[in-house]
Amino acid sequence: MRIEVDLTALKQTRWHEMLVRFCLGGLITAATAIIAKKYGPGASGLFLAFPAIFPAGATLIEKHERERRQKAGLDGTEAARKAAAVDAAGGAMGSVGLFIFALLISQLLPEYEPWIVILGGALSWAAASVFLWLIQEYQWRPSHISDQRSSQRRPPFS
Amino acid sequence: MKEIIIRFLIGGLAVSFFSVLGDVFKPKSFAGLFSAAPSVALATLGIAIIKDGRQFAAIEAHSMIAGSIALFVYTSAVSWILMRRDVSALWVATTCLVLWAAVAFSGWYLWLR
Repeated sequence: MRIEVDLTALKQTRWHEMLVRFCLGGLITAATAIIAKKYGPGASGLFLAFPAIFPAGATLIEKHERERRQKAGLDGTEAARKAAAVDAAGGAMGSVGLFIFALLISQLLPEYEPWIVILGGALSWAAASVFLWLIQEYQWRPSHISDQRSSQRRPPFS
Repeated sequence: MKEIIIRFLIGGLAVSFFSVLGDVFKPKSFAGLFSAAPSVALATLGIAIIKDGRQFAAIEAHSMIAGSIALFVYTSAVSWILMRRDVSALWVATTCLVLWAAVAFSGWYLWLR
């Protein structure tokens, strides 16, 4: 499946939905600082991977998908739920990238130039996440395989 | 108080930036990658390096390893349940936060403390 950028999707997001995400992101960042002051960096570091805006994001995806389907005269409840499930599966792949990000930063930050380590960590997150996404696309989508190869993969008794 | 407000604004902007990226990209599975972007980490670690030093930020990143494993378990569980059960995304995503906390804290307590 091709990766596309659809700017019209931004029109579906209302300003109060953006505000909720901004506030949740701000709150967890501020809370991390308070936890660091009270319990130290060991405890606060856990919250750098806290899914603070995930419930709000999943709800928005479900809502937007349902609205889109209902406009087309369909029920859309199940399709909306599955859209949120697919988004969460993408989040699982991104969290592997986040693991690599954390590992690199924790190992390299004490010794190397901070901005290079942070930039390298962010790029590693992106590279690992996209790589995993491409692997699952190749594994699970037969459209990536040419017709000839696809027919070769079919069991002989089918 | 001023520092908390600055952190709130930077964190809010970083999270909003990655959320917008998640909104505009297709397909949904690819857009989902951005829900696990290091948005809060980038905002927090940057300030921590300036204010508290590299060592402090490195300890935070070390604990983040447990948090990211918990995030993997959390997102996998949310995806699995939504694919198979007739429940709302908000209910599943909120309830499973308990699972995130259990994995993150036990991982940190057992291996990283």
